[in-house]
This record gives sequence, structure tokens and C-alpha cells, in this order.
Amino acid sequence: MLGVAFILPWLLGFLFLFAIPLVQSVKFSFNELIIAPGGYELMNVGWKNFNDALFVDANFNRILTDSVAAMLVDVPLILFFSLFAATLLNQKFKGRGFARAVFFLPVILASGAIASAEAAGLINLVGNSEAAKEVGDAQSGVDILSMVIMLDEAGMPRWFIDYIIEAVMRIYEIIRSSGVQILIFLAALQSVPAAMYEVAKMEGATPYESFWKITFPMVSPLILTNAIYTIIDSFTDSPVTQTIFATAFQTQNFGLSAAMSWLYTLVVGVLLLIVGVLISRKVFYYN
Amino acid sequence: MDAKRARSEAVIYYKFRKTKNKSLEWLWAAFRYALIIGISFVILYPLLQKVSVAVKAKEDIYNPTIYMVPVNFTLDNIRMAIELLDYWPLLGNTLLFVTVITLLQAASCALAGYGFARFDFPGSNVLFTLVILTILIPMSTLMVPMYLHFRSFDILGIVSLLTGKDGVNLLNTFWPSMITAATANGLKSGLFIYIFRQFFRGLPKEIEEAALIDGAGGFKTFFRIMLPNAVPPLLTVILFAFVWQYNDTFFTTLFMSESNLMPVNIAALPADASQQIPLMLGVGTNPNVKADPNYVAMVVDTGILLAILPLIVMYWFVQRYFVESVERTGVVG
Repeated sequence: MLGVAFILPWLLGFLFLFAIPLVQSVKFSFNELIIAPGGYELMNVGWKNFNDALFVDANFNRILTDSVAAMLVDVPLILFFSLFAATLLNQKFKGRGFARAVFFLPVILASGAIASAEAAGLINLVGNSEAAKEVGDAQSGVDILSMVIMLDEAGMPRWFIDYIIEAVMRIYEIIRSSGVQILIFLAALQSVPAAMYEVAKMEGATPYESFWKITFPMVSPLILTNAIYTIIDSFTDSPVTQTIFATAFQTQNFGLSAAMSWLYTLVVGVLLLIVGVLISRKVFYYN
Repeated sequence: MDAKRARSEAVIYYKFRKTKNKSLEWLWAAFRYALIIGISFVILYPLLQKVSVAVKAKEDIYNPTIYMVPVNFTLDNIRMAIELLDYWPLLGNTLLFVTVITLLQAASCALAGYGFARFDFPGSNVLFTLVILTILIPMSTLMVPMYLHFRSFDILGIVSLLTGKDGVNLLNTFWPSMITAATANGLKSGLFIYIFRQFFRGLPKEIEEAALIDGAGGFKTFFRIMLPNAVPPLLTVILFAFVWQYNDTFFTTLFMSESNLMPVNIAALPADASQQIPLMLGVGTNPNVKADPNYVAMVVDTGILLAILPLIVMYWFVQRYFVESVERTGVVG
């Protein structure tokens, strides 16, 4: 019973601040909620809120699919980049401490408030948001066209070129959201026993081979962890969350907002399940 | 004769291999530095740009020959941003809030993590699965019920029984965040419980058995033996809880949209700036007179720099613990 005493604060919080709100949220999604003095009134409307969210609301559909698609594009890029960066930072070279400090800087600077203020600052500067976006794109200053031609001549398939170009255009965003993932991969790399590399070297394996035959399998469980973390992390300031927030507190349509958030939860849940099953099949567990 | 020639050939071959390896190594080192410097530049560029803007004088805005280093230095932008944000009281208030929440969160999550790591009680596995569930469910799902809950806060109807009113409105106070943090349900608490559980599971059981034999109770063992041993996860959780809380906009705009907190004020800064700057420049209240948008953007950027400055200063001192702590918590193992 001592164990229960230890988790009691969490249990209370879970019941009153998670479980009950969760049930209420389900209830709200089937009702129209009207704020009354000192409380609220509910009016049952059946599936209307879900119907509205999917078929009536002009934007929700598009925002949901867009942000899920963006998430799917981002996850492999972030995983690839963070594993690459972790491998780089794990090697010995002069100034490694400084490089590590810089690479983890995005962890502390990733702030929704700052991002939105920055965007607003740029809008101020140029007049409207569409122009701001164009200026932002122009400022990135990468000669995209020559790269497309180069990749095309190398015989890359079209979809792959699009993907790479996308990645290059958003390199800052990808680097910015990779901080924690680099940290986790770096910790994983350091837990790989050094003896393994020594044996491989004695047997004549090149560093390239030992990366794929030793490092990659040993850190593969963390690929799953990082994939899930990346997906969850993208909730925090995704456009969908903002839409749900605005629906609740600006248009005061609490029922519709609850329905939207349940649709979002459902989609994300299915996504996590698929990613989890797909990756855990390939994962190698050492112990 | 033949043997001699073969040997000298072997020596040449060996030397060739050696130089080849050496030059390959050197090439890789150069490539690595190029990569690292490039990525570091991408990360640091926005920061450097803000520093440059913060000390740039108004006259330099339209000078196209300036890159990064301004010609006319000034502290006016910084003074302006401090005045607009009401910086020092704001910073004090934010730091107080964030510190309180961080400590509460670390305490409650450590307790829960230890409970899940060491005790087998009926349903403990199911409950831990529920902890994982709290990590996976997007916050927006609970937003509206939580908001209404704290708008008329009442525990099992006690308040309305005593005063006859419908609960207390806790919005725009520290209480909603403090309550969620103290009950280990705050921002990313599930993750912190997980970190603590993993660490405590990795500690040898003998320590506790020894304490038990020496007559220490369960809580005494935890506070005197286990917690002093749990410095790495405590450090990790405190660092991340602090940083995430400082940057959080979701809960702060939900519960405390009118409070004096850094994330709320920074998000509102662009609007404030374009409204207030003409007044501060003494142009008057004429709505047709507007400040130069470029200048407004400069002040906003300076404000953003001021907002993240405390974090950067803190990071300067603790950055090496970031890596070490994650390595030692055993999240990975």
C-alpha cells in the first residue's frame, strides 16, 4: 500500500485533471455548450459537431490533412538528421564541447511565443503575411533550380527530388526541432560497448560497415522512441491545435472544438499505432 | 635479389597505404568541420541577427551596405523594448512562476516515478499504461473541460457547500498551473514520470533493503537514500521542466491570458509595439501617424532577444549537464 501513497498525488491529478476532463470532453463533443453564469448548459446535438467539423467547417479538413502530411514528411527527415548529427558529435575533435552546446541550443529556444512574434514582426515589415512568406523564402537564398537540375541529371526519381528540395528549404525548421532527438541518440551511441568496435576493426571492418552493422542496430530501439517523440512534439504548436483553440475561445463553439480535438486525437492515435508497429518490427533488441 | 625487391615493394605499398589513410582522415576531418560550422551557423544566425538589430541605430535601417555589424551603435532599441515590455517586473514574475512550477513538478513526478518503479500493487501496470496515455493524448482534447473546471474550481462541491457560490474562479492566477504541476499532470509530466521510473528501476534493490533493516520507513528511505542518489534524473527533469515551462504558450494562454508572463507578453508584443511606439516617440495620438514598420520590427526583435536572454545565460552555465544528465538517467538503457 506504500506504493499507492507514493503515486497518490499523480493518481488524484489523473482522476480529476485527466480522466474526468477526458470523459467530459467526449460528452461536450456530442453537445452544444453554452456558458451560463457560474457554469454551463449542455444541449444534446448528436453527431452534428463531428459532421460540422468534417463537412461544414471550411478549413478544418484541409488543416488536418496538411498538418498530418507535414508530420509524415518531417519524421524521417528529423530522425535522419538527428542520428547523423549525433554520430558527428560523438566523434572526437577539437571544439566538440562548443559544437554540442550549439546543437542543443534549439532545445531551449523552441518557443511558440517567439515563433509567432517573429512571424508577426516580419508581417509588420512587409505589410502582409503572403508577402512575408515570399520574402522568407527568398531570404533562404538557396539556388534551388540548379539543385533540381543536378539531381534530375543524376537520374533520381521525381518524388525523391521533391522530398529533398522540401528538406533543404526547411532545413532550419528541421534542425530546430531535432534537439531532444540528438540528445537521445547521443546518449544511445555512448552506451554502445567500445569492445564491439574494436573487434570489428580487428576483423577488418571499415568505419562505414561498422556503422551499419553495429551502431545502427544498437541504436534502433531509440529510433522508435524518437519517432514517437517527434510525432507527439509536433502537436504542441501545430496549426490543428491552434484551430481547435481558436474555435473554442474565439468563436466560443466549445462543442465543435471538442469534436475537432477528438478527430485529431483519433488520427494521431492511428498514426502512432502504424508507426509503432512498422518500426518495432525492424528494431533490434540487444538484451 | 627478388626477395629484396619484393620487400622494397612491400615497403612502398605500406607507405602508400599509410599516406592514403592519413589523407583520407584529414579529408574527413575537414569535411566534418565544414558540416559542423555550417549547421552551427544555421542555428546561430537568427540569434546573431537579433543581437545586431538590437544595437543598430535607426539611421542604419535603409543602409544596404550594412551586413550584421551596424555603423551607428545605439542602446535606444533595448531601452525602448524594456519600457514596452515592462521588462524587469515581468522577468521577476515569470522566473518566480516558472521556478515554483518546476520544483512542484519535479517533486510530484519523482514520487510517482519511484512508486511505479519499486512497488507492485494491484493495477500498478495498468496505471503506468495510463501514464503513457497521458503522454500520447494531445493537450487540446482536455483544454475546454480544464478551462471550465478552473473557471469555477470546486473539489467535490465543498466550496459551494460552504459559501453557497459556484466555486472559485482560478483563471489568471498561478493556481491552475500549480495544481496541475503538484499532481504530476502538468506540461509533459508523463515524460518526467517515465524518466524517474526508468532511473529508479536501474538502482540496486540492496540499498533499500539495507535501509529497511536499519529501521527506516518507506518515505524516510525515499527522501534520505533514494533521492540523493537520483541527482541525474532530477537535473534532467528540472532543466527540461524549466525550459519548457518558460517557453510554454499553450497553458499560459489557456489559464493566464491576462497575467504578466513572458510568453503571453512576447506573443502580444508586435501589436503593442506598433500601437505604443508612435506615442513613445512623441508623435502624438493621431491614428494616421504610424511609426516606421521597419523600426517597429527592430524593437520587436530586440524584445524577443530580451525574452530569450535569461534562458541563454542559464544555458551557458548548465549546458554540459544537458548531455551528461540524459546519458546518466538511463532513458536509453
